[in-house]
Amino acid sequence: MNNTLYSGITVAIIAGVSLLLRGFAFIAFPEGASVPKLITRLGNVLPYGIMGFLVVYCLKDAHPLSYPYGLPQLIAVAITVILQAWRKNSLLSVLTGTVCYMIMVQMIFV
Amino acid sequence: MNRFNKPTLKKAFKDSLPVMAGYIFMGMGFGVLLQAKGYSFIWAGLMGLTIISGSMQYVAVDLLSGGASFITTAIMTLMINARYFFYGLSMLGKYREVERGRFYLVATLTDETFSLTSTFDENAPENNDVSRHAYYFLLSMMDHCYWIIGCTAGALIGSAGAFNTAGVEFAMTALFVAIFVDQWMSGKNHFYSVLGVVLSVALLLILGDSFVIPTMIILTLISMLRKPADEKEADSKTKEANTCE
Repeated sequence: MNNTLYSGITVAIIAGVSLLLRGFAFIAFPEGASVPKLITRLGNVLPYGIMGFLVVYCLKDAHPLSYPYGLPQLIAVAITVILQAWRKNSLLSVLTGTVCYMIMVQMIFV
Repeated sequence: MNRFNKPTLKKAFKDSLPVMAGYIFMGMGFGVLLQAKGYSFIWAGLMGLTIISGSMQYVAVDLLSGGASFITTAIMTLMINARYFFYGLSMLGKYREVERGRFYLVATLTDETFSLTSTFDENAPENNDVSRHAYYFLLSMMDHCYWIIGCTAGALIGSAGAFNTAGVEFAMTALFVAIFVDQWMSGKNHFYSVLGVVLSVALLLILGDSFVIPTMIILTLISMLRKPADEKEADSKTKEANTCE
């Protein structure tokens, strides 16, 4: 498959599924319909599990057994965690963590 | 209720300012990242326009460059953006009565827009002249525009070669780590935060790169089947009430 077509379909799938999710409640629960308990429960707890998964997903390509032993990731994650716990400012934590990581992979762990 | 007047515009713009900062910055991170994988600013703008989801667009860069299958892409989107379904659920009452432009409000619902429109209080004295439906619309549109501008600008800056972008992909990791910390510090649902991490690591070690879909399925099943603490509490209270009788 050519790359433009593949990318176009992939973007369309992501956009389509996202739109469906955003609109689904309006289709599935017409006026007055009650929401099943199982659904409410999923809404309360799923975001927590998913975020744990996403962190692991992002770090899956770090190799702890060969140089640089996942050190840039480990250090940058630690900086992000400490800043976020301390200042509770996502922009600040994300920016600082990313800049530190970039400096490490470009200048220190080359 | 549908009037676009000056106080409404002012209120919407003022409320949107923090979102502007966040979206321009996060959008640029995405644009730089996507451009580094060989996609032009047109792709970045198009994705910002149609997907309108920070986390998902960052993951999309990974999916696109890794040549993920369509089914993996669909399931990843379903899981990562499942929260939009719940935002829609919470906005049912408020958005359903909007007659014109409702589709746009629903289609552009994001974490940030939801946090503002869901908490807008029409009855507060300072909002006397603000028309609610117009506020929803203007705010959604402003946030949407910031996002598209950020995504496009990032890709343009990346392609200008102004700086070495190696390592910029860490913005995605940092974003999720920051949200994870916020969730943890909210003091709720630690079980599920830990479950997400442990389950993913375990399946990654066993299955390698194909761990995504099995992790999603098991995570959903456990989330559905396990009774959270507050429901147990409510149950035991009902039981106590029954025994007292």
